[in-house]
Amino acid sequence: MTTLPTSTEKKLGLAIDLDTCVGCHACVVNCKEWNTSNYGVPLSDEDAYGAEPHGSFLNRVHTFEAQPSGGGCSQTIHFPKSCLHCDDAPCVTVCPTGASYKRTEDGIVLVNENDCMGCGLCAWACPYGARELDALAGVMKKCTLCVDRIYNENLPEEDRVPACVRTCPAGARHFGDFADPNSNVSKLVAERGGIDLMPEMGTAPVNKYLPPRPKDVPSDAALNGENKEPKGFLAWLDKALEAI
Amino acid sequence: MTDTKVAPRPSPKVSDEVRKTTCYMCACRCGINVHLENGKVKYIEGNRDHPVNQGVLCAKGSAGIMQHYAPSRLRKPLKRTGPRGSGEFQEISWDEAYEIAAGWLAPLRETAPEKLAFFTGRDQSQSFTSFWAQAFGTPNYAAHGGFCSVNMAAAGIYTMGGAFWEFGQPDWDRTKLFMIFGVAEDHDSNPIKIGIGKMKGNGGRVIGVNPIRSGYNAVADDWIGITPGTDALFILAMIHELLKAGKVDLNYLSRYTNAGFLVNDNPDDADYGLFLRDKDGTPQVIDRATGKPAKYDKKGVKPDLAAHLRKGGVTYKPAFQLLAEKYLDDAYAPEKIADQCGLSAQKIKATAAELARVAFEEEITLDVEWTDWKGEKHKTMTGRPVSFHAMRGISAHSNGFQTCRALHILQILLGSVEVPGGFRFKPPYPKPPEAHPKPHAGVQPGKPLDGPHLGYPLGPEHLLINEDGSAKRIDKAYTWENPFSAHGLMHMVISNAYAGDPYKIDTLFMYMANMAWNSTMNTSEVIKMLTDKDENGDYVIPHFIYSDAYSSETVAYADLVLPDTTYLERHDCISLLDRPICEAEAAADSIRWPVVEPDRDVKGFQSALCDLGAKLGLPGFVNDDGSQKYADYADYIQNHERRPGVGPLAGFRGPNGDKNGRGEPNPNQIQAYIDNGGFWINHIPENAQFYKPWNQHYQDWAVEIGLFDAAAPYVFNLYLEPMRKLQRAAEGHGDIQPPDHLRDRVKATMTPLPEWYEPFEEAAVNKDEYPIHALTQRPMHMYHSWGSQNAWLRQITGVNKLYIPGKIWDEKGFTEEENWAYVTSTHGKIKCQVARMDALNENTVWTWNAIGKKRGAWALSEDAQEATKGFLLNHLINELLPPKGDGRRWANSDPVTGQAAWFDLRVKIEKAPPGEHVSEPALPASKSPVGQGPKDIAYGEEFK
Amino acid sequence: MHPAPSVIFFTAFSGLGFGLLAWLGLGLPTVTGWTAFFMYLLGYGMAVGGLVSSVFHLGNKKNAVKAFSQWRSSWLSREGIMAVITLLTLAPYAFGQVFLDTTLRPLGLLGALFAMVTVFTTSMIYTQLKTVPRWNTPLTPILFLLFSIGGGGLFAGQVHAAAAFLVVLGVVQVLAWMQGDAKGATGDSTLETATGLGRIGKTRLLEPPHSGQNYLLKEMAYTVGRKHAVKLRAVALICAVLLPVIMILLLPNGHALAVPLIALHILGLLAARWLFFAEAAHVVRLYYGK
Repeated sequence: MTTLPTSTEKKLGLAIDLDTCVGCHACVVNCKEWNTSNYGVPLSDEDAYGAEPHGSFLNRVHTFEAQPSGGGCSQTIHFPKSCLHCDDAPCVTVCPTGASYKRTEDGIVLVNENDCMGCGLCAWACPYGARELDALAGVMKKCTLCVDRIYNENLPEEDRVPACVRTCPAGARHFGDFADPNSNVSKLVAERGGIDLMPEMGTAPVNKYLPPRPKDVPSDAALNGENKEPKGFLAWLDKALEAI
Repeated sequence: MTDTKVAPRPSPKVSDEVRKTTCYMCACRCGINVHLENGKVKYIEGNRDHPVNQGVLCAKGSAGIMQHYAPSRLRKPLKRTGPRGSGEFQEISWDEAYEIAAGWLAPLRETAPEKLAFFTGRDQSQSFTSFWAQAFGTPNYAAHGGFCSVNMAAAGIYTMGGAFWEFGQPDWDRTKLFMIFGVAEDHDSNPIKIGIGKMKGNGGRVIGVNPIRSGYNAVADDWIGITPGTDALFILAMIHELLKAGKVDLNYLSRYTNAGFLVNDNPDDADYGLFLRDKDGTPQVIDRATGKPAKYDKKGVKPDLAAHLRKGGVTYKPAFQLLAEKYLDDAYAPEKIADQCGLSAQKIKATAAELARVAFEEEITLDVEWTDWKGEKHKTMTGRPVSFHAMRGISAHSNGFQTCRALHILQILLGSVEVPGGFRFKPPYPKPPEAHPKPHAGVQPGKPLDGPHLGYPLGPEHLLINEDGSAKRIDKAYTWENPFSAHGLMHMVISNAYAGDPYKIDTLFMYMANMAWNSTMNTSEVIKMLTDKDENGDYVIPHFIYSDAYSSETVAYADLVLPDTTYLERHDCISLLDRPICEAEAAADSIRWPVVEPDRDVKGFQSALCDLGAKLGLPGFVNDDGSQKYADYADYIQNHERRPGVGPLAGFRGPNGDKNGRGEPNPNQIQAYIDNGGFWINHIPENAQFYKPWNQHYQDWAVEIGLFDAAAPYVFNLYLEPMRKLQRAAEGHGDIQPPDHLRDRVKATMTPLPEWYEPFEEAAVNKDEYPIHALTQRPMHMYHSWGSQNAWLRQITGVNKLYIPGKIWDEKGFTEEENWAYVTSTHGKIKCQVARMDALNENTVWTWNAIGKKRGAWALSEDAQEATKGFLLNHLINELLPPKGDGRRWANSDPVTGQAAWFDLRVKIEKAPPGEHVSEPALPASKSPVGQGPKDIAYGEEFK
Repeated sequence: MHPAPSVIFFTAFSGLGFGLLAWLGLGLPTVTGWTAFFMYLLGYGMAVGGLVSSVFHLGNKKNAVKAFSQWRSSWLSREGIMAVITLLTLAPYAFGQVFLDTTLRPLGLLGALFAMVTVFTTSMIYTQLKTVPRWNTPLTPILFLLFSIGGGGLFAGQVHAAAAFLVVLGVVQVLAWMQGDAKGATGDSTLETATGLGRIGKTRLLEPPHSGQNYLLKEMAYTVGRKHAVKLRAVALICAVLLPVIMILLLPNGHALAVPLIALHILGLLAARWLFFAEAAHVVRLYYGK
C-alpha cells in the first residue's frame, strides 16, 4: 500500500557533510556501479558514445556558489543529492500501483519495479529530483540506501553500508539510524546543526545536511616584527641560540 | 503483490570471486577489489587493507568497468595504410609488427642510437622502460614529468631530498593546519581527500592557495585567491614576516639544515657564494662551543648561525645569515608585494601569524626515544603541526622551480619537515640529490648507454652538452637552457625533432602519451609537425611507433601501433625502484595482474618490449645464447635483479618468499603478492618514523631492506650550492661556460636562495593586450584523458566551459544565452563557451582540461559533445616563447628544469556574436580504427 | 513541466468526454436511438481515448492495470477507478436510451455525478503536487471541471448553458494565470531553501551535476518564453471562451454552427492545457539553476 507508515522502527539515512565534500563524484559513480548490477533493472545509458549521452543515476553532485551576505569572497559548495527517504514522502502516496513504498522496519523508500508502470508521477511529487525514470526499462529508479548491502551477510560487516558511504574518500557521507539519538548520525546532526532541504515542502526528510563551517573569517593577527634590521636580527639570533 | 517486494533484510550474492589488484584509472595506484561474476567484472571497490586508499575509491576507479569494456579498445597491432592522421590502418599480427619495428630500430642501434627518441607518458614502469632505453643505447628517453610537475619534484629533492605526492605526505593524524598550494584536483587524490576529511574531523584547519576555488579549495577554511605566478612572492613575504618576528625553529635549522654552512661572502673572490670546505671537501660551520670552524657532520658540533669567519681576507657567513639578510629586506614586505599577488597585506600577515602560532604554540611532543646520526640520544620527538602540499599550480610556471624551493624553505624554517604533525617522507625518500644518479648521454653505436638517462646534476660538469655547446639529448635536457631537467622535456621532443634542433631523428617511439592532443602544448602545430613532409615527400619525422590501449587521438598519427591491454588485463609492478606506494610509516609496493584475460590480440606494452628487446638482441633482454631472457613482463618482474638481491618487487623475496627488501628472486613472488591482496608492506620501527634523514634507526632500517646500501644522512639545503655553481659559471668562472645569449638568464634565475621573477610569457607579451591569466585543471573524476570514452564519466563532464570571473563576465556583456567567446593568446585563437564563476581570482579564467576531443577519436560519434562543444586550451599555448627577434627558439619552460610553463598563459577574451556555435578550431575527423561504440548500454543486465 | 502531447490529449479529451457524458446523464439533452448512439459514441470515445492516450505516457505499460489498486492514497489510482465506475454506471443508461428507448433517470444522474468526480480526481493528480506551485491551488480542479462542463455542454448542444459556464471559465482561467504569476515559478522555495545555503548568502549554480541532459531536466525543466506564453494565453482565451460565447449569443443556433464552435473551443482548450504544463515550474529546477 502506498499509504505511509505512521512511524518506522528505524530511520536509516545519510548525514552529508558539506564542509568536507570536495565534489569528486566518487559517490556518484560507485553508486551507479553497484546499483546497475544489483537491485532491479540496470541503470541504463542512452547514446552512450554519441552526441549527448544521458543515463540514470541515483546520486548526483551539484556545485553551487554562495556569496556571503556580509561581504567577502564567494564560496564554492559541492552538494551531493540522492533520495532523502522522507518521513512524509509525497512520492509514495501518489503512486497508483503500489510500487513505491516506505518500509516500516527502517524507513527506506523503495520502488518495487515489478509493480511500477513508469507513469513518473512520483518523480513529479519529489521536490528533490531524487527519482529518475530509466529510459530503457521504463521503470522508476531511486536510491535504495543500498538495501542489498546494508543487511547483506555475504559482505563483511564493515562493508554493510551504502556504496556511496563505503567509497567516499573524504568521509563526507555518514550512514546511520536517525531514530536513535545516540547514533553517529544523530550526534553529528546535533553537533553541527544538521538541516533539512526545502523544509517548506513538509516532507520531513530523514537525510540531513551538515552545513559548511564559517569560512574566510577576517583576522587582524600579525606577527610582532621586533627583529626589523639585519643588525638587530643578529643580536636576537645570538640570544636565541644561547637559549637552545 | 507484497511477495514481489525485496525481503526485509535482503542478502543477495555479491559476486563469484574477488581479485585484488592495483587501479590505473589515474596515477594514485589505489588497491582495488575486482568482483567477478561469470568471468565478467561486476563491481570494483577500494581495498580496505591497502595503504594508499584504505578502502575508498574515487569516481575514476569506480568507473573502471566502463574503461575496461570501452569500445575504443584497440584489438590488434595496426599498420598505417592511409596518410598520417587519416586513421586508415590495417590490422596485422604481432610478428609482423615486431618485424616492422625491428626493421627501423636495428639499423639505428648499429649506427646512431640517438636517432631513436623513446618517450613514455603516464608510464608506471619507468625503471623498466628506462632500462630498455639504456640497453638500446639512446640518450633520448624520459617520461612525462617534464610536462607535468618536474619543478615540484626537482625543487623538493634539491632542497630536502624529496617533494610532495609520492615523495611524502602530511602527518594527517596529527597536523592541525594544512596549507595547500596550486593543487589541481588530481595528484594523490584519494590520500589527500582522506587526509582532509580526517584532519577536519580532528578540528584542523585548511588554507587553500589557488586562483580557483574548487575542489580542495572549496572546503578550505581560508581561501587565498592568488594571482597566478606570484606564489613565490607570497611565500617570501611570509618568510619575511617570520624572520622579522624570530618565528623560526633555530634548533631545527642549526641541526638539520645547511643554515650553519659557511659561505664565501666576498664578491670579488672566484669562490664567491661557495661553501668553505676542508681538505676532504666537507663543508665547514663555526662550532658554537669553540668558535672555530669544524666539519658540519662531526659529532658534538653545534653550528653557530650568528657568528662569521674572516679567513685569508675573505668573510664567510653562515648560509642562514645570507638568507635572513635577503628576505628581511623591505622588498619582501607584505605591503610591497600584496598588489602583485592580488591579496591584501593583512591577509599575508595574518596567514604568516597563523602558521607561526600553530607551529610554535601548538607544538606536540611524542614520548619516543631516538638517536640521531651524530649519535646524540633524544628523549622525545618534537612536532610542529603545520603541513603543506603543492602541485602544478605553483610548478607549471617558468618561475616554478624557485617557487617550489621557496615553499620548501618556508616548511623548513618552521621546523615542520619530518616531524610529528608536519610533512613526512615516504620511502625510498628522503634521498638527497647527491644520492641520485647523474644524467648520462654517452652514446656508442651497438652498445648500451653509459649510465642512467636521468639524474641530478650538481654543477656545470654534469650537463649533457657537446664540446661545441650543442645538446646531447633531443629534448635539450641538462643544457644551459634548463640545467636541472631531471625528468627530461617530453613536450619539446616533437618540436625539436621537426626543427632538426639539435639534430634530426629517425624513429619516435612513444607510450601512453597523447602527444597529438592534450599531452602536448600547441596541439594544432604538433599535428602539423607529425604530418609534414620534406622535399622528398617523406615525413619530416620518418617513423612513429605508438603504444596505447585505446583509440586515442595520437593513434591516428602513428605508422605502427602496438595495442596495450587494459589495466585489469596486465602485469605491472609499482616498484620501489620507481614510484612506489609507500606511506610515511612503511615501505610498500604492489602489483597488477590479469584479473581478467584479454579477449583481443593485445599485449602489455612492457611484455612487447621484452619481445622487441630480445629481437634486437639488447643486453639484459637476451641470455648468453641469444635466446629471449624474459618471456614477458611478469617474468622480468619476478627474476630481474637491479643490484644483487634487489629487484622490481621488494616483498616476498628469497626462494621461500620470507625475505623483505633484499633476497634472491622468488619464483612464486607474484602469487605471493596476489595472496596478500596485491601489495606488500613493511612498517618502519616506531623510533625511526620521524627525523628520517638524521635518524640512525631509520638509516639502519633503510639499509636493511635495501633502499640504499650504506647509511646516507644529510642536511637540508636552504642554500643550494649547485645553483650557485651554475650562476658562477655564468659570471665567467670555470671551463664550462654557458652560451652568451643565456648568460644573463642563468645569472638571474639560478640563484642559490629562491628569487621571484616575472614568468617569461608574461614578461614577453603586452599585458594590456592580453590582460588575463588562463589556467586548466583536471576534474577529480577525469584526471587522465582516458576518461572521455568512459560512458559514465563523460556524462558528468562531456563539455567544458571557460570559467570567467564576474568582473569580466559583466564587462563583456555575457549572458546565459550569449555565452560563446573567442579567446586569443599571442599564439592562437579558439572559440568556446564561457560560464560565470565568482570564487575566482578576478584576472584569471580557467577550464577543465582534456575534455575536448578530436572528431573520430575514442570510438565516439563524430558529433560527440566533446568534439563540438568541448575545447582544449592547449591550442593557445606554445612550447616556444614569442620570437624575440634574435632568430633563436626560446622554450616556454622553466629555465632551471625545463618544466613546461603552461600556466604562464595570457589571453584576451571577446564575446562571439549570437548564433549557433561549435567550438574552434574544429579539426577534421580521423577515421576510427575501432568503429564506434554502441548506441545504448545497460551494463549489469547479465548479472540479473 | 514538459508538455507531453499524450498527457495534454488525455486530460483535454477525457475531460470533454466525461463532460459530455455528464450532460447526457442529466438528460440534457435526453436522446434516444441513433442520436443517442452517436452522442454516446462521442462521449465514450473521448473519455476512453483520453485514458488510452495517457497509457502512451507510461514507461512500463504492462503494469497499467495495477494502477487501480491504490485508491486509498493515490489520486491517479482514484481517477482510474472513478473513470471505470463512471463508464460502467452510464453503460446501462446509455444502452437503455440507444436500444430500448428508455431513460433510467436515477442511473443517469448518478453517472453524471461520477463523471464530475472523475474529472475532479484527474485535476487532483496535479493539484496535490506541492512541488509545482502553479498547480497547487483550488483553482486547478475548478478549471478542470469548468472546461469539462463547458466543453461537454457544447458537445451536448446545450450551448446557452455552456456559454454561461464558459464565461465563468474565462474568469477563473484569468484568475489562475494571475495567481500563478504572482506566486513565482517556484513559490516559496528558492535555491537558498533548497540547499540550506541561504545561511551563507545568495546562492547560484556553478556547475550542474552532469553536462548533458537527464530525465529530470527533460521532464521538469521545460521553460516557455514570456512572449510565446502571452500569445498562447490570448489564443486560449479567445478560442476557448470569447469566440464561442460571441458566436452562441450572436449567431443563429443550429448544427452548422456546432462544428466551428467546438473546433475553436478545442483549439483554445489545447492551448490552455499546453500552457498548464509548459508554464508550470517544478521546484527541482532550482537545483539546476533554472
